[in-house]
Amino acid sequence: MNLERLKKISDNVWEIPKSGDMLVNGKIFGSEELVLEMDDKVYEQTSNVACLPGIQKFAAVMPDAHWGYGFPIGGVAAFDPEDGGVVSVGGVGFDVNCGVRSLTTNLTLNEVKPKLSTLVDVLFDMVPAGLGSRGEIALAGSKIRDVLTDGAPWIVEQGYGIKEDLTFIEEGGVIAGADPDTVSETAIKREKRQVGTLGSGNHYLEVQYVDQIYNQSIAEKFGLSMNQIIISFHCGSRALGHQIGTDYLKTLASASRKYDLPIRERELVCAPIHSPEGEKYFSAVNCATNYAFANRQVIAHLARKGVNKVFPDADIKTLYDVGHNTCKVERHKLNGRTKTLYVHRKGATRAFGRQRDELPESYKDAGQPVLIGGSMGTASYILAGLEKEEGAFASVCHGAGRVMSRTKAKKLWQGEGIVKELGARGIIIKTHSMRGVAEEAPGSYKPIEKVIDVIDATGLAAKVVRVRPLGCIKG
Amino acid sequence: MAASFDYFEHVADIGVTGIGDTLAEAFVGGAQGLFNVMVDIDQVDDIRCIDITCSAFDIQELYIEWLNTLLAEADINEMVFCRFDIDQLTENTLHGHAFGETIDAIKHHVKTEVKGATYSVLSIEKVNDKFVVKCVVDV
Repeated sequence: MNLERLKKISDNVWEIPKSGDMLVNGKIFGSEELVLEMDDKVYEQTSNVACLPGIQKFAAVMPDAHWGYGFPIGGVAAFDPEDGGVVSVGGVGFDVNCGVRSLTTNLTLNEVKPKLSTLVDVLFDMVPAGLGSRGEIALAGSKIRDVLTDGAPWIVEQGYGIKEDLTFIEEGGVIAGADPDTVSETAIKREKRQVGTLGSGNHYLEVQYVDQIYNQSIAEKFGLSMNQIIISFHCGSRALGHQIGTDYLKTLASASRKYDLPIRERELVCAPIHSPEGEKYFSAVNCATNYAFANRQVIAHLARKGVNKVFPDADIKTLYDVGHNTCKVERHKLNGRTKTLYVHRKGATRAFGRQRDELPESYKDAGQPVLIGGSMGTASYILAGLEKEEGAFASVCHGAGRVMSRTKAKKLWQGEGIVKELGARGIIIKTHSMRGVAEEAPGSYKPIEKVIDVIDATGLAAKVVRVRPLGCIKG
Repeated sequence: MAASFDYFEHVADIGVTGIGDTLAEAFVGGAQGLFNVMVDIDQVDDIRCIDITCSAFDIQELYIEWLNTLLAEADINEMVFCRFDIDQLTENTLHGHAFGETIDAIKHHVKTEVKGATYSVLSIEKVNDKFVVKCVVDV
């Protein structure tokens, strides 16, 4: 991105000054190096988002941002329903409530290392992954409606996981206002035993260990310690969510024409929050959000069972579960006033600060755990939300962010070579697709440290621990 | 000339190009390119046929609708497709068929799942007597 078009606010904050039809400024969080690497499309897409009706304060961009669909990936925007605010498909994406869950264990690196290969094999067998994979749960008849309205708590009632898990999922694993009648028959038909499956692409399940602690006091509150084994996984709402995105792209395209909304890019299609189309879309998003919570709850159950097969006494708890493709109704302070806003996070993670009502009691003095996955073979980070008014509606990045196309990655690397290279470094990769591994080669992503350092330096969230992978399951 | 496909660079996802002597052929090429992102289409046998009908606001939306309908039908029928035909194509409607078989991870050399065809870089053009359709698919 051309820095000359930006106004530098500080070392890690840049502004796209309001011009033309923009209602607010754009605000980019990133070091000079990261912003220079961002494609110009991020500038254009952020400016387009800033033109949408009812947008508040600014259109924000995270340091891992790249060119997306309507919104940049790594884009955050909040809309006020009382100010003509809108909901937009581009602000949520196809994989609604794609996110990360991390599980803590009472196992240490030394205990797990001798049995690591067995553990990764067991998890690979137990957690369905890859194109066409199916889970063990058939949501026949009214059961699919139950999942869409009742999310993770319903799936726990069916015997997947424990009640304590729910405390540590955003919204307790279920969001209200999810009417299954707003989900198409096609979306429901596509569900086909996909609850409890990882999918493919950049989705994964990792066995990790804590290799560095930055904040001892918060680490203790999160139940984290040096060399502790953590299980983390990244996945979303599967075909059901993808179909909701597809369906509403069409519905909101027609709504954008009907309400004469200023759409500069086709995927920015939107509808007023207070319109029949907007309300239906938001309800469908809530359904997919609940489905994704349920999906990750089943995977947590399978991972727990898998770890217990190898380590029968292991105690596995949910540290936290957070989405990064979401639209949520939240209360935020703007110019000293608290407002209820519809916050879109497309490739951005919620990072609530201390004392937020939404946090579990045990984290109220720590802030929300923020789970940021790195690229395959590299570190991931757990941070704590540090909310402040000049921040980005309590949001941070969602990963490292790609710098290279999948096509180029496949030309540069072979899956087998990556698996061998990481194996030599003690990291076991199990996959259903070697070509998928090549596409996800660590070199095709930005160095995650540089992204995390911006988040820490700008005070959007504080680094708590770093975890390193020992084993990685890819779809 | 039969329908053909190619790919173009996109930082996070994959750009798919469909090429043909007619617009319908270009649409077919795009569909082949889409499924070849997910599996080796050469390894798929065309033993089952699914009827495909789509409608849209304009020809661009129709192309995206065609690709997304194919993705949905593949999922619903637990299939992958390798061959397509289009026997009716207007500005707003399409009728055709998709041929393939039940997905088999080993036989079909599964690659990456596609979440949806998007409006990103969407274009429908005539270049030197060929119809060329392009879009980015989200993986």
